[in-house]
Amino acid sequence: MALQIVSIMLSALLTENFVMVKFLGICPFLGVSKKVETSIGMGMAVTFVMALASAFTWIVNKALLIPFGLVYLQTIAFILIIAGLVQFVEMFMKKSMPALYSALGIYLPLITTNCAVLGVTLLNVQNYPDSFLFTLLYGVFAALGFTLAMLLMAGIREALDEESIPASFRGFPTALLTAGLMAIAFMGFSGFSLGG
Amino acid sequence: MNVNNIILAVCVVGGIGLIFGLLLAYASHIFKVEVDERVEKIQGILPGANCGSCGYAGCAAFAEAVVNGTAPVNGCTVGKAPVAEKVAGIMGVDAGEVKEVVARVMCTGDAASVVYKFEYSGIDDCKAAAKFGGGSKGCQSGCVGLGRCAKVCPFGAIEVKNGVAVVDDEKCQACGKCIKECPKALIKLVPKKQRHWVVCSNPETGKFVNQYCKNGCIGCRMCEKECHFDAIHVENNHAIIDYDKCKNCGLCAKKCPRGVIVSIPRPGAKPKVVVKDTPEENQ
Repeated sequence: MALQIVSIMLSALLTENFVMVKFLGICPFLGVSKKVETSIGMGMAVTFVMALASAFTWIVNKALLIPFGLVYLQTIAFILIIAGLVQFVEMFMKKSMPALYSALGIYLPLITTNCAVLGVTLLNVQNYPDSFLFTLLYGVFAALGFTLAMLLMAGIREALDEESIPASFRGFPTALLTAGLMAIAFMGFSGFSLGG
Repeated sequence: MNVNNIILAVCVVGGIGLIFGLLLAYASHIFKVEVDERVEKIQGILPGANCGSCGYAGCAAFAEAVVNGTAPVNGCTVGKAPVAEKVAGIMGVDAGEVKEVVARVMCTGDAASVVYKFEYSGIDDCKAAAKFGGGSKGCQSGCVGLGRCAKVCPFGAIEVKNGVAVVDDEKCQACGKCIKECPKALIKLVPKKQRHWVVCSNPETGKFVNQYCKNGCIGCRMCEKECHFDAIHVENNHAIIDYDKCKNCGLCAKKCPRGVIVSIPRPGAKPKVVVKDTPEENQ
């Protein structure tokens, strides 16, 4: 049990990192990773949404979809839940963190369509259909993995901003190259495995 | 496929939606942010072009800045006086005088009146052409004529006629985008009321100007002597009008031997075309 928990945490964080290994959620990863501060904010928002989405979708799946034989509606039902949660996060942020709200801009409502969030929920019902704990853990740690990738990227991009990069490579070209190199680096974790 | 299945699916998904909807409605009540209603009102009045000529990111940002007191009520250059009055009405202050300006190209060295050094057939862009020996025209400070300003104008107010950019008063909203793009810095904002201005900005002496441009200012100072209001002076070898002092009497324009001072009739009459007796074709 304990081994399995550690294994889920490690795989969600590193070996199966959502951005770097599964290539999900690339849009906010590139869009909001210009500053460390906003990337942390985005990471926290995504973590919140992912954790809640994991919990809610597990309940909905277990209590509604499976008993009624509506598993084929998983995607649409999950999207509905995620959209509702994101709307809630948006309201909450607008009220309590207006600075972060305006810094995240369009990327905040776009969490709705962030494939990483939907990916987590769909992978959860596939991999851990029976355990609420594992579902929640995987959701939280996948989101932390997303935050980690964003944070690393933002740090690198902030440092790169001060370099004299050829004009045609400034901005997104360098960001994409960096992301590619980071993805290769994350491949190094794939050797890790803790059984489970 | 059973009809019950469809009804069940609708009920379950609809039910989830309904529950989330109700929760959100409740949450929106709790997390309500007090937005100053004046911001929305002002935003409704603004043109909504989001051109950025007021110096803010868009109309919404400008509206917010007005309410916060950081932007003037007459800051919208596109909406001009009517918008400024309404905004001032909402804010409960006086609109003040809106100084309407319009972009003017300070060059009339068209294809018919200048001497070309060479034929340029490189990249079709002013900045590229200007790097190539200062452009193909003999005058180093003349309009390159490839229409970079026309391309950036969001209102379609600039047109290149005979190798010189010309601004359409009616369409120009004075957003200033063209000013930043001109490699020769020839475009300036001139008060809209101003009916006379000098359409040359070359820094060379009259002797050189004579060699390559029929329309250029030669710095003869005849306008300076003619002016009763001390409003026109030759600086850097070309005449410059001080728009604050100028009374628009038009004496300088009549006296100018080169016709380099534009004179448009009083409002109501159609402006005279600056470009003289040239066929309507580009270069």
